[in-house]
Parts: sequence; C-alpha cells; structure tokens
Amino acid sequence: MLLITCPFCGQRPEIEFAYGGEAHIARAADPRATSDEAWTEYLYVRGNARGLHAERWRHIRGCGRFFNALRDTVTDHFVATYKMGEARPDRTEGKQP
Amino acid sequence: MSEAFRLPDGGRVDRAQPLSFTFDGRRYGGLAGDTIASALLANGVHLVGRSFKYHRPRGIVSAGAEEPNALVGVGRDEAHYTPNLVATQISLYDGLSAVSQNRSPSLERDAGSINDRLWRFFPAGFYYKTFMWPRRAWTRVFEPRIRAMAGLGRAPKAPDAARYAQRYAHCDVLVIGAGPAGLASALAAAEAGARVIICDEQSELGGSLLAETEARIDGLAAQDWLAATLARLGAFDRVTVLPRTIAFGYFPHNMVGLAQDLTGYQGEPDDAAPRGRLWQVRAKQVVIAAGAIERPLVFPDNDRPGIMLADSARIYVERYAVKPGRRAVIFTAHDEAYRAALALHRAGVEIAAIADLRGAPEGAWIDAARAAGLPVRPATTISGTDGQLRVSAAHLAPIADGKVGRAERIECDLVLMSGGFTPSVHLFSQSRGKLRFDPALEAFVPGAPAEASLMAGASAGAQTLEATLATGYDAGDQAAGVSGTAQVRHFAVEAAPLSRGGFLGAVPHGRDPASVRAFVDFQNDVTAKDIKLALAEGFRSIEHVKRYTTTGMATDQGKTSNMNALGIVSETLGRPIPEIGTTTFRMPYTPVPFGYFAGYARGELFEPVRETPIHGWAAERGAVFEDVGQWKRARYFPEPGEDMRAAVARECRAVREAVGIFDASTLGKIEIVGPDAAEFLNRLYVNAWTKLKPGRLRYGVLLREDGFIVDDGVVGRIAEDRFHVTTTTGGAPRVLATMEDYLQTEWPDLNVWLTSTTEQWAVIAVQGPKARDVLAPLVEGADISAASMPHMSVAECRVAGVPARLFRVSFTGELGFEVNVPAEYGRAVWETIFAAGQPHGVVPYGTETMHVLRAEKGYIIVGQETDGTATPEDVGLGWAIGKAKPDFVGKRALARAGMAAQDDRKQLVGVLTEEPGFVLEEGAHLVADPAQKPPMTMLGHVTSSYWSAKLNRSIALAMVRSGRDRLGETLHVPLADRTVRVTLTEPVFYDPEGSRLDG
Repeated sequence: MLLITCPFCGQRPEIEFAYGGEAHIARAADPRATSDEAWTEYLYVRGNARGLHAERWRHIRGCGRFFNALRDTVTDHFVATYKMGEARPDRTEGKQP
Repeated sequence: MSEAFRLPDGGRVDRAQPLSFTFDGRRYGGLAGDTIASALLANGVHLVGRSFKYHRPRGIVSAGAEEPNALVGVGRDEAHYTPNLVATQISLYDGLSAVSQNRSPSLERDAGSINDRLWRFFPAGFYYKTFMWPRRAWTRVFEPRIRAMAGLGRAPKAPDAARYAQRYAHCDVLVIGAGPAGLASALAAAEAGARVIICDEQSELGGSLLAETEARIDGLAAQDWLAATLARLGAFDRVTVLPRTIAFGYFPHNMVGLAQDLTGYQGEPDDAAPRGRLWQVRAKQVVIAAGAIERPLVFPDNDRPGIMLADSARIYVERYAVKPGRRAVIFTAHDEAYRAALALHRAGVEIAAIADLRGAPEGAWIDAARAAGLPVRPATTISGTDGQLRVSAAHLAPIADGKVGRAERIECDLVLMSGGFTPSVHLFSQSRGKLRFDPALEAFVPGAPAEASLMAGASAGAQTLEATLATGYDAGDQAAGVSGTAQVRHFAVEAAPLSRGGFLGAVPHGRDPASVRAFVDFQNDVTAKDIKLALAEGFRSIEHVKRYTTTGMATDQGKTSNMNALGIVSETLGRPIPEIGTTTFRMPYTPVPFGYFAGYARGELFEPVRETPIHGWAAERGAVFEDVGQWKRARYFPEPGEDMRAAVARECRAVREAVGIFDASTLGKIEIVGPDAAEFLNRLYVNAWTKLKPGRLRYGVLLREDGFIVDDGVVGRIAEDRFHVTTTTGGAPRVLATMEDYLQTEWPDLNVWLTSTTEQWAVIAVQGPKARDVLAPLVEGADISAASMPHMSVAECRVAGVPARLFRVSFTGELGFEVNVPAEYGRAVWETIFAAGQPHGVVPYGTETMHVLRAEKGYIIVGQETDGTATPEDVGLGWAIGKAKPDFVGKRALARAGMAAQDDRKQLVGVLTEEPGFVLEEGAHLVADPAQKPPMTMLGHVTSSYWSAKLNRSIALAMVRSGRDRLGETLHVPLADRTVRVTLTEPVFYDPEGSRLDG
C-alpha cells in the first residue's frame, strides 16, 4: 500500500485517497470557442507516461481536498505532491521523503 | 506407535509434554516442540504425499519453509480444515489431525500413480500438444480430468469456523527472520532506541542457532547466547517479538504483510479466539535476515521418500532429536554435508558413504569426516536410486576424466544431498530490489535496494556465523539511524570452520538422458529433461522456460529449484547465469490462508448495511426488502396470502385512488450553501437556476462532460443562498465527489459549501388524491392548499410538530408531497402520518409499486432507462435544458457530431405488447424483421417492463433507434421460445395531460 503525502494532512496510507486522473488538464474557459477536435482531446485523450506522471488525487477519507502529485509510474514512488493551482514542480526523478 | 527414531536426549523438544496426533487416520506420538514433519520422522514416516503430476510417492525433504513435498491438510473437521499446509512449518499440538493430499484411495496405493508409468506422455507443456482433438473434448473431458488428477490439496467443504484478526503496526525497524543475523539486528536497533518488530516463521526464535550445538558466541554456548539475547530483547518495551509469524509479502513504501499463526501446543484455539492474525506493518527501515536455503542435487530418481537435504537432516537430529534413518548415503558438492554426516554419525546413524561430486575435496570438514572413519568417496556421483515408498539403495558411480564409471549399489534408507546454499532473496526481490550474481558464491545476492531496506546474514551472502552476526548488528544499527556513531560491535565467535562448495544444475549420471528423471522442481514435477526440452523447442527467456515447464511456480515459489533450473539453462545454452537472469519472485513467500485476508470482513461485517429510520416499522409490517446499493429498501408490503403481483396491484390502486405512503429516505441529499450557490448549480446542471425563486422546486439533470446523463433529482431553493439537492439513491457519493471536483479544481472562485445530508433527513412520500387531506391537519406554519402551495414548491414548516421541509412533488403522477424531517424523528412522523391516513385508506407501498407508478407516467430512472450513453434529448428531457445558458457541464459535448436527435440515436419510447397480458423481460431486444438470421439487427432494448393494474395490461419503456420517428410502428421481440409483436407508443401511459397532479 502506497504512502501518500497530502499537502494538507501529511503522510497517510493509500486507502484514504481516491485517484483523480491526469493533472493539469484544464476545462476551457469558454467551451463554445473550442473546436470539436480540441474538445475530444479534452474529453478522451490522456498521456500514458512511463516515468513521471502528474496526476490528481483526493484525500477523500481525510480532509476531502484535491491535490496534484508527481508519481513515477515505473517505481510507483511519489516524487512530489502539491496543492491545486500550483505549477508542476520542476523535478525529473527522486523520491519524496 | 512409539517414536522409534527419537533420540534419548538432546534437542529442543520437551519430553515432559508428550502429544498425540493422527496422520491419515493413524495415531502417532510426538513432543511439544515438534513440527508435524519432525514428529512423523520420529515415527519413521517419510512418505507424506504424492507428487503434483506423476503421483510419485514423496517424502519430507527439508526442515523449513522451503519444503516442496510435505504439504498436508490439517483440521479436525471440514470447518477447521486448511489444505496445503507445510508440515515442516506447522507446530504439533495435541489432537492435531493431518491428512496427505493428491492421492486416492490411499497414500500407499494411489490410483493416480498410473501417471508415473505413463510419464513419457506428459512432458513439459504436454497440454499444449496433446488432447487437442476433438476440440470440444478439451473443455468437457480432457481438462476436467487433468485437473482432477493434477494438484495439491482440496478446498474445505464447510465455511471456515475459525476467526482471523487483523492489525496495523508501525515501527522504526522491522527485522524479518530471527536467526543470528536477525537477532543481532534487533539487538542493535533496540539498543539504539528504535521501536523494533522482529518476526520469524518458526515457533521458536533462533533460526540456525536452534540446531547449533558446537559454536560459542561471546563465550557462551550458542543456545545459551540465544536465550540470553532473547531475554535482553524481551526486556525492551519497544521491541515486539513475533514467533510463528511469516513475512509473506513486501509491498510498496515499506509495508510488509505478516501472517501470525496463533495456534498453540495445547490444541486449536476456541472458535471465539482468533486462529491467525494478519499484520500490516509499515516500517521506516526493514532488515531482511531471511537466511539461506540448501539446494538439492539433481540426479536420477532423486525424489524418493527418504532423500533429504543434508542440513535439514542435521536439524532433525540436533533440534528435534530425531534420527531421519538408520543407514545414510550422503551426496554432496558442499562441505556442509560433512557436518551433517558427522552429526548423524554421532546420533547413531550409519554413514554408508559420502559421495562428493568434487574431484579432490579438501579442508577441515573432510579431514574431520575421515578422522571419524566415515567413508569419503571423492569424484563420485549418484546415477540412480531404488525403492518404491522409501529409498532402499543408491547407485554410486565414480567420475573420471569427465566420464561416469560403473555404479555400485549401496543399500540405505536415507540419502542426504547438498548442492550448497542459496541466499533467500525472495522478499528483497519482491520489494523490487535489484539482484546481483556473485560468482564466488554462485548465487544471486541483493544489489541496490528499491525500498528503505537492508539485508543481513546468509541472505546477504554471509557464510560464517561471525559474519552473520556482524552484518546483522551493522544492519540493525544502520536501520536505527545511528550509523554515524560508529557503534561497532564485535561478536567473539568460536565456530566450526568455513564450509565451501556448491553445484548448480544437473549432475552427470552417465545414463541415457531420455530414460531417467532427475527432478529439479519437486512440487511441480519438473525434471532436468523438461527444462532441456523447453530450450530445444526454442524457449530462451528464463521467464518463458518457467511458464512452459512450470518450474519455480506454485506455493514454494522455486525455493529449492530456481538455481538448479538456471544452472541447467546456463549449461545447455552455454551462457553464463548472470546473462540469463532470474525470474521474478512473487508473493506470498509461503501460502497464507484466505481467512487472514478476509479477517473480520465476513458475514454481517462483509459490507455495511444501510437502513432508513423507518426500516424497523417496515420490517414489523412484514415488508419484503430489496438491496439497492448498500441500502435495504422495502419492495412491497404483502397482506396475508398475497404474492408480489397482488400486493403491488393493491398498492398501486391505493395510490391512484386514495393515498399511499412511501419511505424515500434513501434519496441522496446535498445541501448547497453560499452566495454563489445558484451560479454553481448553473454551471453544473443543465437547468437554469437563476430565476428559480426561494420556495420553489425544479427537476435537475446532471451530465458528464461528454454530454451523457449521470444523475437527476429534484432541487429545492430554500433561500437565495441555499439549495436542497436530491440525487438518485445510489448516486449521492458520486454526485458529491463531482461537485467537489469542479468546485475545488475548476471553479475555486465560487463561494459555495457542499454538505452531504443524505442520512440527516428522513423522507416520507405521501402520494395520491387524498394526500393533502391526510397531511393538512398535521402541518403548522404553511398553507398547503392548491392555491398557495402549487406543484413543485417547498415550504419550511412543522409536520406532526417536527421541523420539516415539505416538498410538493410527485414521482407517481398523483398529487404528492415529500415530508423531509430530521432522521431521528423519521419513524415518529411516519407513524403519525400513517395514523392520520387511516380514515382515508392510506396504504404503505414499496419500491416495486413506485417503479410501476413512475413507469405508467414515463418518468425515467437514471441507470435503468439510461446507460451512460443517453443525452437529455434521448430520454425526452430536452425541455429541462436552460437554452440561454452559455455553458454547463456537458453542453459543449451535446453540440458535437452525432449527438443530435436526427443522428439516429436511441430514444425513449413506450412499448405495448399486442397481447396485453404478456409482460416483456427487461433487457429484451427489439428488431424490425423477426425472420432474419442471427445475429439480428437490433433496434433497441426494453429498459423497464411491468404489469399495470391500473391499465389492466402490460407496459414497457424502451430505448429504440430513432424511436420518436417510429411511434406507431410494429416491432418484434424475439425471446427464447417465441417472438412477441409490440407497438411503439408515447412513453406516457397514464394521464398524459398531468391533470391528476393537482388531486
């Protein structure tokens, strides 16, 4: 079971969290101005990174807050977790302490 | 039966505590401190099972977790029966009942042993090559029979009566294995102030020290040092000592699964007490001190009962005071077997010969054996063995110039083998640590770890007791985080000289390789020939060889076989072992009964059951309940003699003609509060909310971003900044999670608070033309007359003296109210309304009646009419969409190609059978031409279908391609035994004008 560091509550076991899909996929401010292709991309197309993956998690059985995480899909180690709205940390590898 | 092979003294068994047990129904004696295996050997029993594929007689090979053969079923009855337990691991208790496996009718006379004579027909992967024709026979004849013949234990026939506990634990240092390395680690970590858990699979801590009678540590005899060390560890409050606890799995982020066996010497625990406990330990550092496992030698017929690992035989002598036989032949490529030979010799076992594969073995061990008069034969192999249910002779053949000479037959009842030792790297490998091949050791040893883990002792490649203790202490010290203090501790060890040697692969035997079987993997019946066959057939990757031959699979995970298999592959392909690599070690390290994982989650505790505040009333009334998600909902309330159809017809009639009362408390409810609450709903739901006035209700439809309906429900505006949102019964958590997602991640600018209130409100629906008459006398603080409280409005008032939110709303098509009161008052208010309704003929109704009533009105149920691909237009809810809104979740997707009504989409229609009495099956398909050949072109499917008492005929709803354009058409529903003609209609069957909503 993974240990996940909620930016609000600290390190907690995986069962307290819900996975929320890839991070940094923003809903268009005006969807009407978006092309069909772009909207299809937004709806259905996701990366499948080997290595660092930015993804959303929610501390659903804790504080309830959404946050983002960088996880290495090869080692399953979390490299960083950060609050919604913050930029993706400039990290390429490593382990979260 | 007497324990004829028990030594008069020595060992760690307690002769003051005799125990009695049965094996295959026969009664035997044993001692406290025995395992099932040691007790059987004390009684001279080697034959304990039949092999997986060939049903060959098999005996006890080892003294530990690596045992491939001695799997037994244990338990006094079916409710306490556990199959596939390892006889070398199960502590004996008084009254224990064990049985052998994979034999019929008995272990000695096993019908399946015919397979052994037919062995040439069952090579590796035989099931890929034979039994291929006729094709159907595979599933009906061949596979079931092969499955019946092959195998390990059988599943118990009764539910497990035992209880299992589970707990989480945290520590600074988890030490796995309590041999000398593990004990030294725990000692170092504890002395450094760390919180320590130390576990060991054995009933006693000590590992190899339990069979150590010669070495001295810090001036103490090894077993005295052990006792002193255990006492010292026990004195630390921060040290938890767990014997009989196997670390079976290494999970990410230093979570280790431990299975603790709680049975004791006195017998199986009472069913009220747990029989095992699953520990999930999260450790800052893990020290793996799992020891090393002796390898068998791969020689022809090396699997007869009475052929054992040499060091295991020594353990039976030294620890259990058991002579494993009377006359032994030792076959070895490693010095450690000489130590075993000397120990057995001292115990009175005649050593007929020591056959050493090595050309000129030298050193202190060989000298000691010669000095004791043991016949050492260098450069000698075993080319075969005799014996049916027990080995009776070994054929010893000299090797000269790479050629195997003429064999000499030597009678014996015991053959000990040693191919050297393999560090136990299973857990390290499970943790994704990288393995490194050590050419000197001829073994894979731990390389770079992937987790915060350290390896110590023999599992890290240490070969002497001194090195084992030193690496153990060092690892414990480092794990406790005090490595900087350079707290070096030296253990003064006087021990036997270093033993050397080792062999990988199959030994030379000089016989026709096609006619012999030299077993590599005893548990899976894989021979050297099978592995060579796999290579000959083109398999190169060791992972493929493993899967094709099954070597290294199953419960023992190749503990004794992996390295020999690698040796054969390496030799055959002419490539060094590091190039070939090793297969992945899987958890569990040893089998763990399912009960450990199920733990408390059985029966009533398997899943939470949700009951409404009115549940008790319905139960007392004799309601029949149905499961809706975790909820128990009253489905109907049968009167004496009524079946469901009669009860539902009566309930429907009451609602249509008088009044019914329905428990709608399971509806999901979310309170949305804040200055931006209306804007939030605008962005989320398809409807327009800005103009909804406080005191009014609106039917809301929620889409996903792909434009498809995900939930619906009535929303009440309680105040400018406060909405009472209802959702479907099953949808509340999902809807709330979606709302939180948008609020937190897309629209953090909105000032809105979301609160789940599902369990806070009891909801009592009062529906029917008399609904107002029933409720009006009970309501204070609101005028519920038609004039002041129209359809789709909400009032805050008191009902039966209790603060309430009173909705005027209908899911039946009749005049209706839904009374929301705090859950604690739910039953009292329900009973008051029910009493007040008596003069009006009130009838309680359940979900089945609710379904019929809403279907008569064409009201959809999300998840029944919709399946995640329906737009609002598809199900006739286009009217709900706020057309003027620039955006809402799903709006953009509705504008994509293929989403419009003219795009030949499936649409909601009504379906009337030509034969009014026939009720269609839900899920049935509709086709235009019933004469076409299957697979037919399907136009749609029935989503809801009921008998309507009110209309005196069947009704159904369906989703049909371009269904709105097909109204009036006749279609066909092909069923298993007949085809039914139906007509498509408007989906509203009753009161299409809606005149009854006002009573």
